[in-house]
Amino acid sequence: MPIDVVAVNGVGFRYNELEILSDISFGAERGDYIGLVGPNGSGKTTLIKAILGLVPSAVGDIRLFGTHLSHFRGWHRVGYLPQKLDSLNPFFPATVKEIVALGLLSRKRFVKRIDRNDDLAIDKALELMDIRDIKEILIGELSGGQQQRVLLARSLVHEPELLILDEPTTALDPETRERFFTLLRDLNLHKKVSLILITHDIGSVGKYASKLLYLDKKVIFYGTFSDFCLSSDMMNYFGEFSQHLICHRHDDTRLP
Amino acid sequence: MGIGEFFSYGFIQRAVLAGSCIALLCSLLGVLLVLRRLSLIGDGLAHVTFGSVALGLLLRLHPLSVSLPVVMASSLGILKLVEKARLFGDAAIGIVSAVGIACGIILASVAGGFNVDLFSYLFGNILSISTTEVMIAMVVSLLALLIIICFYNDLLAVSFDEELAKTSGIDTRRINTLLVLSTAVTVVLAMKVVGIMLTSALLILPAVTSLQVARGFKNTMVLASVTAVISVITGICISFLLNLPSGAMVVIMNFAFFLAALSFNRLFLKK
Repeated sequence: MPIDVVAVNGVGFRYNELEILSDISFGAERGDYIGLVGPNGSGKTTLIKAILGLVPSAVGDIRLFGTHLSHFRGWHRVGYLPQKLDSLNPFFPATVKEIVALGLLSRKRFVKRIDRNDDLAIDKALELMDIRDIKEILIGELSGGQQQRVLLARSLVHEPELLILDEPTTALDPETRERFFTLLRDLNLHKKVSLILITHDIGSVGKYASKLLYLDKKVIFYGTFSDFCLSSDMMNYFGEFSQHLICHRHDDTRLP
Repeated sequence: MGIGEFFSYGFIQRAVLAGSCIALLCSLLGVLLVLRRLSLIGDGLAHVTFGSVALGLLLRLHPLSVSLPVVMASSLGILKLVEKARLFGDAAIGIVSAVGIACGIILASVAGGFNVDLFSYLFGNILSISTTEVMIAMVVSLLALLIIICFYNDLLAVSFDEELAKTSGIDTRRINTLLVLSTAVTVVLAMKVVGIMLTSALLILPAVTSLQVARGFKNTMVLASVTAVISVITGICISFLLNLPSGAMVVIMNFAFFLAALSFNRLFLKK
C-alpha cells in the first residue's frame, strides 16, 4: 500500500478566539497535483504552513511521507515557495546564487558547505527559471517578479518530491507564468513530483491540477476536478451558474 | 617614535591582539544582527553588563566571571521574551536593557556610589588589558569564530528568512540561541575595548560600513571584519599618540570608515 506524501487528519487551528481551520482531513499520494483554492481568509496559507510545521499550535495529525511532522527530518524531499517574504530586507547583501544555494542545505549535514559539485544543481535551477544571467545580482536589487523566480529556483534546486507553492505566479509576467506551469506539469508527469498549489483562480485549477481542494476554514470539497463539476453538493454550494462557469472555462485546455 | 618601537611595547601588543580578535568577532556577529534588525541587542546586553560588573565589584569577584553568565542568561531571556510573551525583538531588548541598568545603579548605590573601577568599565581602556584577559579574548574569539564558520550557511538562511530556513530542516531555535549567546560573550569582551557605553558601535558600525559597498554575503562579512580590525589598530595607535581615550577613538575610526563607505556608495555605486 503506497504511503501518502501528505496525510492530514483532523487538523484545526485557532488564533485567539478566531477559528482559522476546523477539522481538516485529506491525503495526497505520490504524483498528485492538488489545486488548493478558497476565498480570502479561508485558511489556505495557514493550512500549508501547518503542513510544513510552521504553525506549532495547530492541533491534529500531520504526516509527511508517512512520518509524523514532529519526527520528520526529510526536508530535502520538500520544496516550499511562500506567498511573499515577510522579512525580505531590500538591502540584504546576498546574491541570487547565494539565495538559490540555500535550497540545497536540506540535503546537507553538519558542516553544511556549498561546494563546486553543487554549482551544477544551482546552474540548472537558475536556467530553469531563466535567471542565470542575474546570478551575481543582489536579491534586493531585483523586481518582485525576478525575486519570485529566484525563490522558485530555490524551491526546486534540491529536486524535491513534494512541492508546496503559495500563489507562485502572482508577480510573474504571462510568458514566465506559462513557462512555469509547463515546468510544474513536466515535474509532475515525468518525475512524479507531488504538488500542492494555492491559487485564487479556481477556474484555472482544472487546467493544471488533477485534484481540487476547496477550503473555507474547513474542507468544502476534495476530489478530482471532474467530480467537482459533477457534484450536486457543489452545485448547491456555488450555484449552478458559477459551477458551470468554473468547470467550462478551461474545459478545452485541460491536460491529461 | 618609529612604528617598530611603538609596537614593541607589551601593552600595545596586548591591546592590538585582543582588540583585533574582539573586533573581528563583533563585525561578523554585527552583520548577522543588523540584517535581522537586532542591532540594538548589543546595547541592551551592554547595559546588563553594567549591572553585572557592579555586582562583581560589590561581591569582590572579577567582573568578567560575573558578567559572562549573567549576560548570557539575559540574552536567552530576550529570546524567551520574544517567543513566549509575543514581543517584538526591540521591546524585549528594551526591557532587559532597562532592568540591567537599573540593577547596576542599585548595586552601585549599595556599594557606596560609583567608583573608579566601574567608571573604567563604562568607557573601556584596552591599553590596560592584562595577559590573562588577552588569552581569554583569544580563546573565546576562536571558539565563536569556529561556531560562525560551522554554521555559516545556517546563519545566512535564518538571516534571510526564518520560515524558509525551517522548511530546509534548519533548527532555527538552535541557531538563534547560538547567535545571542555568541553576542553575549562578545559584548562582555568588548567592554574592555570600547567600554559598556560604546559596545554596540563595535557591532553595528563595521556591519553598516560593509553593507554600503560589499556585494554578496561572504564579501560583506569579510569587508566588515577588515574595517573593524583596521579601526581597532588605528584607533589604538592614534589614542596612544594623541593621549586620547582608546575606546572612543576606535569608535571614531569605525565611523570614519562608515562615512567613507557611504560617500563611495553615493558617488560610484548608488546601491
